Amino acid sequence: MAESVGVKELRVVEGVTCPFCGVLCDDLEVHVVDGKIKDVKNACVLGKDTFMHHLEGWATPRIKGKPATIDECIDAAAEILAKAKYPLIYGLDSTELNAQRKSIELADLIGANIDHTSSVCHAPSLQAVQTVGISSCTVGEVKNRADLIIFWGCNPAEAHPRHPSRYSVTAKGLFTPKGKKDRMIINVDVRPTPTTRMADAFIQIKPNSDYEVFSALRAMLKGHELDQAEVGGVAIDEWKTLLEKMKTSKFGILYWGMGLTMSRGKYLNVVALLMLTQDLNRFTKFLAAPMRGHGNVVGMAQVLTWQTGYPFAVNMSRGYPRFNPGEYSVADLLAHGEVDAAMILAADAIGNFPAKMAEHLQSIPMIAIDPKESETTKVATVVIPTAQAGIAAGGMAYRMDHIPLVMKKVVDSPYPSDREVLERIIAKVVAIKSAGNGGRVPAGKARG
Amino acid sequence: MIGHSLKIVGGEVYDPANGINGAVKEICIEDGKIVDSCKSPAEVIDATNLVVMPGGVDIHTHIGSPAVNAARGFRPEDHRHAVFAKKPGFRSGVGFTVPSTFATGYLYTRMGYTTVMEAANAPIGVRHTHEELMDIPIVDKGLYILMGNNEIVLKYLKAGELEKVKRYVAWLLRSLKGYGIKLVNPGGVEQWKYGKDVEGLDDKVYYFDVTPRQILKALAWVNESLGLPHPIHLHANRLGIPNNYLTTLETMRTLEGSRLHMAHLQFHSYGGENWGGFCSKAAEVAEYINAHPHVTTDIGQVVFGDATTITADGPWQYRLYKLSKNKWYNADVEVETGCGIVPYTYREKHYVNAIQWAIGLELFLLIRDPWRVFLSTDHPNGGPFIFYPWIIKLLMDKEFRAEMMKRVHKRVLSDTTLPNLDREYTLSEIAIITRAGPARALGLERKGHLGVGADADITIYPKDSDRERMFEHPVYVLKDGEIVLREGELVDSRLGKTLFVVPPDVGEMEPEFKAEFENFYTIEYENFAIDIQDIPNREAIPAGAAR
Repeated sequence: MAESVGVKELRVVEGVTCPFCGVLCDDLEVHVVDGKIKDVKNACVLGKDTFMHHLEGWATPRIKGKPATIDECIDAAAEILAKAKYPLIYGLDSTELNAQRKSIELADLIGANIDHTSSVCHAPSLQAVQTVGISSCTVGEVKNRADLIIFWGCNPAEAHPRHPSRYSVTAKGLFTPKGKKDRMIINVDVRPTPTTRMADAFIQIKPNSDYEVFSALRAMLKGHELDQAEVGGVAIDEWKTLLEKMKTSKFGILYWGMGLTMSRGKYLNVVALLMLTQDLNRFTKFLAAPMRGHGNVVGMAQVLTWQTGYPFAVNMSRGYPRFNPGEYSVADLLAHGEVDAAMILAADAIGNFPAKMAEHLQSIPMIAIDPKESETTKVATVVIPTAQAGIAAGGMAYRMDHIPLVMKKVVDSPYPSDREVLERIIAKVVAIKSAGNGGRVPAGKARG
Repeated sequence: MIGHSLKIVGGEVYDPANGINGAVKEICIEDGKIVDSCKSPAEVIDATNLVVMPGGVDIHTHIGSPAVNAARGFRPEDHRHAVFAKKPGFRSGVGFTVPSTFATGYLYTRMGYTTVMEAANAPIGVRHTHEELMDIPIVDKGLYILMGNNEIVLKYLKAGELEKVKRYVAWLLRSLKGYGIKLVNPGGVEQWKYGKDVEGLDDKVYYFDVTPRQILKALAWVNESLGLPHPIHLHANRLGIPNNYLTTLETMRTLEGSRLHMAHLQFHSYGGENWGGFCSKAAEVAEYINAHPHVTTDIGQVVFGDATTITADGPWQYRLYKLSKNKWYNADVEVETGCGIVPYTYREKHYVNAIQWAIGLELFLLIRDPWRVFLSTDHPNGGPFIFYPWIIKLLMDKEFRAEMMKRVHKRVLSDTTLPNLDREYTLSEIAIITRAGPARALGLERKGHLGVGADADITIYPKDSDRERMFEHPVYVLKDGEIVLREGELVDSRLGKTLFVVPPDVGEMEPEFKAEFENFYTIEYENFAIDIQDIPNREAIPAGAAR
């Protein structure tokens, strides 16, 4: 796709999809001179940084801290994975679909646990949807129709900077020709955030009271009068006003974030939210959607689901997929010290996990596949640098509302893509196993 | 494989498209196609005492799409009791009503099916569908594109610009590598965007001011004037609702003069003013179809047990959620369509479910021309496709049918015509409703038969008086002339092709379309179309002459 390095003139690549967050803006214009990115138009500050600084902090190939070739690293990685009895493959969200697809093939081959960064952010949202379903829509429906938007426990102004202008707050669409003037924006959170400034109303609730608040709203929606004067630190009358706005909107949507999934109650908060928004459909059109975060998290959940049936926390040790959050999720596997080798791809596990989990990771053979140096690559047994997906490697990614888009390769990289590295590791593992060297013990005996 | 040849000898051949009804006949294969003769075949399959048929063709199934994947993801309880372990060359998987992709390909092949059509795809999600189809091994696949609630179509219709609709439809098919035009509750799903539905064919759609009847007529006309190989594929208005047979009859009458495929007819053949009066109108619907050759149909047979209902018919799914009290997934898609998912269990002793079961069988038995009625469960809406052999047994064996009638709710005996129907399908008729007929209705000239030039997709079944066991356990399955299942075991997981139609050139979209597109969508116009290179194994099917 990209022309060869060395062309002196300016090359402008249009319609580029940004790999940074779940908003997945696909209108970026990347200016390339002499194979280097010189400018990025239309992106937010986060997206622009991602492109402009993609050359900084590149990882280097090495084994046990010593420089090595990519080929040597791939061989070493395959040796580790082929010998492991209960390995973990983790990360996987800041890359493109085909690499994600290959990571599942590898997990199937070696009987690994496979989990991705969703596990530590929106996994409770996924569990909540598994419990009660969801009334939802793509962002274009919000742009074209929504006259009431509630941001609850999320902060798009900082985490998803172009969501408000492209899809929600100021976006103009078929039945919202005047943009923000055609809608009401409400922000509910435990403290004001920059998102609060975009809102017409702000409701500040007590931390960890979300479940109670949703339940109270739902009870009142069903016609029950409550005895309490306040719920979640907010007067009942204020909740009644909110409820009335929800019922009388023509098309309302509630966006939620990690303020719900990572606070007390976790997936139950989201269950309560989802049931409230489903119930509102007796009165009007009402929807809900999670503000999914980093990179291509949704893509990983998608491909993992179509290949294994489950969106995260999948275990292949018996030769078929099993799903059990709390057992096969990354936090539990590491905290219990169960896995005996790990491959971390496109994520900084050591940098983000609590000390106890990071400790276990450092005590086992660990492969880090990443374009950049991180706390993880610093301590990994094998480091394999790769071309950054969405910048130096093409592929596909998913928006937070499950819409797939192509990611373009805009510049070349001296390193192979994640996909190519995984394909080569798979080939090598197959070769090792068919040579009868380093094969796993049968499933079931693996967890000694 | 170039130069590879193979011969099947001694088998009883059922190839209704070529008038062969159980004759013992040699089948010769070269380079993946059926040929007149081959001199020194690399392998000879002895099919003595076996039954040879073309590979099965499923004209309507939901096996891979954003909606199907949403269903998989939110139904972990569906997967736990149905697992498929990996083995060398084969991937692991799970799933009963919504199997994972690899398992889907293996399960269809194990049943002797080699071509399957994914029946409902929102245009903006087609990129996803192609990715899933690439992970469904062995079988050939195609996909229909949802257009009956597309706001661009509605806008052109509002302005009376039929030629623009035609150009847009051709552009959609060309850009997305789709196989045909699908309509789901035309007009009704657009109404669902504000929580409503349409009541009948002449209700106006909010803002766009067009009626379901106008949408039906326009897209049927476009389909015929583009010469597409398959008729419009219609999920009619009022699915699942008592007394919907009136809408069904009116819909078919409205489209006299063009070809029409009525999907999952069972769900559209209900009488009664309300659920209490729910009854069968299969006889009325079958009578109309018997007298009107423009209609083909698949049944959407109900199978008792777990199902997952997945449809673009958002308002119906909301009703089913309220009726069943099961969990409910709704996902409306900008500009294009809706989507609803509700798990459902069909029970033998539940009178509505039992009558639904009977209606499907009544339609199969009352529609006289097997070339116009095809086997489907509307997988997984009426039940999983793995129960096709059970349905075949119900159709071929009236004693088995009578036994089942004793088990199900007693109103089947008193309130439907099923107890009076003695018809038993022959093997040849089964070959028609499961392969020859759907292939013909799809305009797939090299599928569904064993004549010279056909794709060598072939299934060899054991002879077994238990027809369920027979159709459940093929001895051999050949895909493109290669043995993929031998002695009942899968031996090859090659990737099949994605079939897509090439519409005639009716002109590009106007330059202002880009701005229009970007005003209402949330992606760039240039990022919408799918590069043909992104679909590695593919086959283009040319459109024919305008009708």
